[in-house]
Amino acid sequence: MIRPTLGGVLAALALVVLMAVSVPALADVRPPADAAVAVTPGQDIPQSLPSNLKSNPAAQLWQGVGDGTVGRVSIPDPQAGRLIQTSGMEWLEFRSEVIGFWGMVAVLGMVTALTAFFMIRGRIKIDSGRSGRLIQRFKRVEVVGHWLTAISFLLLALTGLVMLYGRDLLLPWMGPAIFAGVAEAGKYAHNFGGFAFMAGLVMIFVMWVRANVWDRYDFNWILKGGGLLSKGHPPADKFNFGQKTVFWMVTLVGVALSLSGLNLLMPFWFTSDIETMQLVQLIHAGLGVGLFALMLAHIYIGSVGMESAFDAMSTGQVDINWAREHHSAWVERYVAEHGEPPVTQPPTKGPGASAQPAE
Amino acid sequence: MGKMAFLCDGDRCIECNACVTACKNENEVPWGINRRRVVTINDGLADEKSLSVACMHCSDAPCVAVCPTNVIYTTADGVVLHDKDGCIGCGYCFYACPFGAPQYPQKGNFGSRGKMDKCTFCSGGPEETGSQEEFSKYGRNRVAEGKLPLCAEMCSTKALIAGDADVLSDIFRQRVVERGFGGGSYGLTESRKQRT
Repeated sequence: MIRPTLGGVLAALALVVLMAVSVPALADVRPPADAAVAVTPGQDIPQSLPSNLKSNPAAQLWQGVGDGTVGRVSIPDPQAGRLIQTSGMEWLEFRSEVIGFWGMVAVLGMVTALTAFFMIRGRIKIDSGRSGRLIQRFKRVEVVGHWLTAISFLLLALTGLVMLYGRDLLLPWMGPAIFAGVAEAGKYAHNFGGFAFMAGLVMIFVMWVRANVWDRYDFNWILKGGGLLSKGHPPADKFNFGQKTVFWMVTLVGVALSLSGLNLLMPFWFTSDIETMQLVQLIHAGLGVGLFALMLAHIYIGSVGMESAFDAMSTGQVDINWAREHHSAWVERYVAEHGEPPVTQPPTKGPGASAQPAE
Repeated sequence: MGKMAFLCDGDRCIECNACVTACKNENEVPWGINRRRVVTINDGLADEKSLSVACMHCSDAPCVAVCPTNVIYTTADGVVLHDKDGCIGCGYCFYACPFGAPQYPQKGNFGSRGKMDKCTFCSGGPEETGSQEEFSKYGRNRVAEGKLPLCAEMCSTKALIAGDADVLSDIFRQRVVERGFGGGSYGLTESRKQRT
């Protein structure tokens, strides 16, 4: 228990008196003696700033705040110390105006080009007709590897397109509630589907890389434009130059997509600055929509664009006449190794007038 | 009503973190999320300065522009709010925001993130005003009760002020004239910029 003593009371009183005396003195130093304009509180608010303002004593420090200054925060997340980043505005503009616009141009341009090609060239038939003899073009594991990559890529591409274009294209007619559900399901499919794509990518790379290096048929194949617009078929091994292009595009762009995707999946694991995250997002979106446009051509030629091409990736077996026309060098080696296969399917007549039956 | 804004006077902030505490308590903000934070520059040095930072309720907000599900919106008062029901946790608003305001309950976890959370200027969200849903998702709707955001209301040095942007600039201009030097404010100019 504290007992008030005379000395204590006097000291307290002295303190009170001292403070009462010093308050007017405090009021005198406000505003500061060297202020540009002496304004006392309660006066009208000045409408403009006087011309003789001094610069802020910490001007240099405040300048850095405009972009990039990282201070200390007492919360556990040190990244919250970043005060302002201005690249976000550039990021979102680039995303919508460059990637959004040119991605749309690439996809619609490819669809238009393929439609035009189909109308001019039609379905590329087997010139000499089907012989009814089937040869094994792809093993079961190769077919599985292809479809693992293909289906997961289509899933990733479509859900990715929802992120890029959904707000403009789907939201108006789906309504906010349904669209949010679609977009959220799409996000999860994209996040987990990425691993299926990476697994498929590894599979097809290991299985096909050896057949996809440059060989002696490629230069001639390029010179003849692959025989796409002309009659006749330039010779090729297991994969022609067009297919090799698809393979290397898928491999290189696929690896870039996988790495950038992992970085987006685990934000700030591999980098601590926001600018890198933004850049990686742009790379991911740009390459994704670009590869999708390219894959449309691959899907076209492997389905409606060419007779019998789809067989290679459904049953893995193709007609030997088709193979002779498109992969003559490969067939020669196959026949030399396995012998001519027996007729198991009804043969058909091809449109090639000068074509000899491949007996 | 005018356009709402925050202004932090860096020459006044003393890093007491009362705004952070007030915000967390008033809105019952979940663990791991700080709608408001105090950043100290040159900590421990003679020219140490501090700033209180949260969503600045930009007049032309990048988060509103980028949101893929279009759930972030600007109210008639100029407050930027969002509908958590439509948020898919993509993280784009965080990439776009100059002030690092949007946050997510999970940081990594395969980018799942959860629903974005940020300062609401103490004015709730799209749920019914004053309802339990509104409170649990977005926090207190003080503006509907005629009050200002609690962080600014209880700032002891009035470094952090909230309200109509014009009134805030009047107050700050008066301070500048009294001090005899400008600068040191945070948030008002940056968040009032019009993007081209």
